[in-house]
Amino acid sequence: MRSFEGQNGDGVFDIELKLLLEAIFQRYHYDFRDYAMSSLRRRLRQAMDRFGVSSLSVLQDRVLHDAHALPILLDYLTIQVSDMFRDSTHFLALRRDVLPILATYPSLKIWIAGCSTGEEFYSMAILLEEEGLLDRAIIYATDVNEEALRKAEAGVYALDRVAGFSESYAKAGGKGSLSDWYTAAYSGVVFDRRLRRTVVFSDHSLATDGDFTETHLVLCRNVLIYFDRELQDRALALFEQSLVPRGFLALGSKENLRVSSHAAAFDTFDMHERIYRKR
Amino acid sequence: MTNRAKVSLPSTPMPLASVDAIVLGASAGGVDALLAILSALPSSLMLPMIAVVHIPRDKPSLLVEVLGARAHIAVREACDKDVLLQGLVIAPPDYHVLLDVDSGGLHLAGAQDVHLALSNDEPVSYCRPSIDVLFQSAADVFGPRVAGLVLTGANDDGALGLQAIKANGGLCAVQSPDEASARRMPEAAIASAQPQLVAPLNGIIQWIIALDAYRAGDTEGTVFRER
Repeated sequence: MRSFEGQNGDGVFDIELKLLLEAIFQRYHYDFRDYAMSSLRRRLRQAMDRFGVSSLSVLQDRVLHDAHALPILLDYLTIQVSDMFRDSTHFLALRRDVLPILATYPSLKIWIAGCSTGEEFYSMAILLEEEGLLDRAIIYATDVNEEALRKAEAGVYALDRVAGFSESYAKAGGKGSLSDWYTAAYSGVVFDRRLRRTVVFSDHSLATDGDFTETHLVLCRNVLIYFDRELQDRALALFEQSLVPRGFLALGSKENLRVSSHAAAFDTFDMHERIYRKR
Repeated sequence: MTNRAKVSLPSTPMPLASVDAIVLGASAGGVDALLAILSALPSSLMLPMIAVVHIPRDKPSLLVEVLGARAHIAVREACDKDVLLQGLVIAPPDYHVLLDVDSGGLHLAGAQDVHLALSNDEPVSYCRPSIDVLFQSAADVFGPRVAGLVLTGANDDGALGLQAIKANGGLCAVQSPDEASARRMPEAAIASAQPQLVAPLNGIIQWIIALDAYRAGDTEGTVFRER
């Protein structure tokens, strides 16, 4: 069998890509070396356009010698797009089936891993508040991108996204109107700061950092799809260690544990919604 | 064998090469086109196929059920990290589908070493899933060992992706715009990629069967050997 070349017909793009990730790791200690190559290629091509460079080698030179380039590049490498109550049936299942079980605990720890700019956090906080559980909960909302965390903490979203958020909120069993939870201001909305009263936003890498102890629910949706299998396994190991026995793990609707070596540590709680329970 | 022997000689020369997968994209009118293709493909077809079909993002997709009911090959919805197997994989609503090699390196010719990788990155030209995203990724991973197919549709998705497949040495086919229920997507793909084959669905079906046979080295007794 013969191998063939990747991008540009000769595999050079893939070589440059791996060298760039190594350079970023050695210089800045951000580790993307085990992210899925397919999405890295896409995003780094977009970054090349943004920086106006003709190759990833040139981009590597830039990022090694110009610290201002790093935050821009990090946005390409780490920002996950999400919407509030994305996959509304998932949040409906959390509200209807999972929260009543969590309500039996005197206090709750919830880890939102890869919270990006906060859409998933505000969805969860509203859910908890409406079910009377927010004051009992400590929420860890973590992400590798500090700029995304700052946006999450600010809780400001563009006005044109809010109609979609509201529709999903209603489908997810929302008890009132989403507008109960935000104030419109200029071209955006600001979410109620009371939703943040029990959250800790924290810089955390699933690739290099450890776990949070004694959590009851880990929400990590559409984050693992950007990891290769080894890194997925590392993240799932963290979740397993982090969760209390019978704790819940909620994944994205097209993610599954089936191919993971950690599958045996979890029972399926809701197959369709990808909600699992630690054994 | 018998269903291959019945295949009639196409009017245009049929481009053949050893490919390890077929990626295809369709939009307006695409479900009917896919139904026609799937009902004609034999259950013995070994080549994995991955399809992006544009459908409303917010509705639960019945594509797998609808297509599966008429197909003789397995039809599945893509799930992250699933191994690429025989049968047709459909992109789920609201996700891009890309491809990765298990080793993280390059695909080895003929090897079953490719898996699916989903992404919820922004829509591309309002499309998620995007045909371009799937095709570009297939070109990256498979190089010349992939065939891309663009069917009917009313937008330009797939044109750039097919161009990427062509640039990396892969095979490209497009449904004849005259036959397509919406001609814009085939026309855009033809202009962008100069595909090796432009044919009505009947010819596309023959080509897929021929590609499968060619890859298997099973060209004995088929009309394609006689040309």
